[in-house]
Amino acid sequence: MKFKSIITAAIKSILKSRMRSLLTALGIIIGVAAVIVMVSIGEGAQKQVQEQIASLGSNLIIIYPGASNSGGVSRGAGSINRFTMDDVNRIKDEATFIKYISPIVRAGGQVIGGVGNWNTSTQGVSPEYLDIRAWKLSSGEFFTDKDVISRSKVCVLGSEVKKNLFPNDDPIGSLVRIRNVPFKVIGVLEEKGQSAMGVNNDDLILAPWSSVLDRLSGGRYINFIQASATSLAQMPQAQAELTKIMREAHKIQSPEDDDFTIRNQADLADAATATTKVLTLLLGSVAGVSLIVGGIGIMNIMLVSVTERTREIGIRLSIGARATDILVQFLTEAIMLSLSGGLIGIFLAFGMGYILNNYTSQPAVIQPAIIFISFAFSGAVGVFFGFYPARKAANLNPIDALRYE
Amino acid sequence: MSKIIIETRNLVKTYKVGDMEVNALKGINLKIFEGEFVAIMGASGSGKSTFMNVIGCLDQPTTGDYFLDNVLTSKLDKNQYAEIRNQKIGFVFQGFNLLSRTTALENVELPLMYDRHHRIKDPKKKAVEVLERVGLGDRMDHVPNQLSGGQQQRVAIARALVNEPSLILADEPTGNLDSKTSVEVFGLFQQLNKEGITIVLVTHERDYANFSKRIVELRDGKIIRDKEIEKPLTATEELEKLKTAEVNQEIS
Repeated sequence: MKFKSIITAAIKSILKSRMRSLLTALGIIIGVAAVIVMVSIGEGAQKQVQEQIASLGSNLIIIYPGASNSGGVSRGAGSINRFTMDDVNRIKDEATFIKYISPIVRAGGQVIGGVGNWNTSTQGVSPEYLDIRAWKLSSGEFFTDKDVISRSKVCVLGSEVKKNLFPNDDPIGSLVRIRNVPFKVIGVLEEKGQSAMGVNNDDLILAPWSSVLDRLSGGRYINFIQASATSLAQMPQAQAELTKIMREAHKIQSPEDDDFTIRNQADLADAATATTKVLTLLLGSVAGVSLIVGGIGIMNIMLVSVTERTREIGIRLSIGARATDILVQFLTEAIMLSLSGGLIGIFLAFGMGYILNNYTSQPAVIQPAIIFISFAFSGAVGVFFGFYPARKAANLNPIDALRYE
Repeated sequence: MSKIIIETRNLVKTYKVGDMEVNALKGINLKIFEGEFVAIMGASGSGKSTFMNVIGCLDQPTTGDYFLDNVLTSKLDKNQYAEIRNQKIGFVFQGFNLLSRTTALENVELPLMYDRHHRIKDPKKKAVEVLERVGLGDRMDHVPNQLSGGQQQRVAIARALVNEPSLILADEPTGNLDSKTSVEVFGLFQQLNKEGITIVLVTHERDYANFSKRIVELRDGKIIRDKEIEKPLTATEELEKLKTAEVNQEIS
């Protein structure tokens, strides 16, 4: 039989019992749609996490004071060293894989200004901080090295702080009092949203580290150091270099543990991505099982169909169809059923993806690869589960098949 | 003498039913020539169905030789059997055996779909042609359940003819039809036979067997009688008789 007539015969036979065909294909429709939607939700989650991490600055390295781990031995109080500007300056002078560096000096407290007051965290940083965090200003300007040297009382507001203190006005040029010390607002940060840990990035005030150190926190210790490696690829070198410099700065002998911890954003990103990848795989395989169940549904109906159409098979055999012709006919029907189910499933998945993206907070990213894979898989399911019934049909004895009532 | 279409030599068919061996055919020797119209008769259990299955290449004999159109078929494989059924034999069954929900035209085209040699270049044209030949030119787009029994059997005959077979094999072709329609169908067979087509009919009704030119009677797997009919019934005459009978019945 010619290819075209095989396909037409299969389509006719499928259309002869529409309702049954639809119900048979339903397993595949749901299976394919489920695979695509589940994997797309996984991809969406992955993308979300990656975006959040990228928003922190992808080359970001954070150095915290304190032991990385106590190694089972508790270190006594006071053994935890704190950082000073000497550390920052030393890194600045010696490190070759570090592009930007900024101390972070934290000072909490009530801020008064504009229409009211607000409790937020004031962070003393260097002018390079914006580059480290890949952050931009929505208006005004950032402070400079000159402001750091002169310990200027200038500050830049996070968008959340601006929203609460100056809901309607332009805050630039206004004064805010941070713990009763007046600071002049010179800029407002762009909105950055929540961090991966659920902290609101925008609820803060940035000021020159020298001003915060002198006028607010009152001391010489800085809370931690943020730096940015020259590139993502040089992250390991940068970390090794930082460790070496810090150990020398703190005069740590070789068997002793570090008194600081270096964390890098890429590691965090990798871990988070790996987690969501596992999630995607898990969701995808659960949905894949439903696709296989759909295939069993096809096999079931095809077996019924072979029994029902025994006489038809007998007729075809008697007028000269070979066993192969019958095999091909039934196999084609099974494959067409599963492929059309797959096709409908893809459309369904797009519809569900649209709903997810537009009406829920859970994004779905439909990759072309998963469409192709699930469609191919539905075809494979058709071949696999269609083969047994088709072979059963092909092996019928023409005489028995003709006499079948 | 004309060409031999069917020749069987000592054909034996044995079935195994459990531990019992059933000898359905016990050595059949028969020759059927081109252009003949033969009725194979016998009661049920006489072996006539088995014999038809064997000469129809639906089944293989246990021993013995069967030549169809001078080809020894007993040594062929399944696919070659299918090919012979497709090219050399046209079946007409008691139950019509048309594909349901498939038009008359598509039913008739079907054997051509399975022809691997594509002997007939334009299957559709050929199918239309044979449907017209059996008098169904105006019913081609009807599906079987829109057709009467007689019309369905005509479609089946058209399907049997479409591949230009050497032989038409009819198994109780009028078993499901009333007597008038039956006679009409035999009229069609007689007409086709007159055009040179060899027909082998399997039946248990002597009345209908008398439409053929030769009757072969089987009993217990053996030929017990094989005789030419001097003067076969003609369908046209029989139809006239039926009509007169009807009219008479109405008058009385």
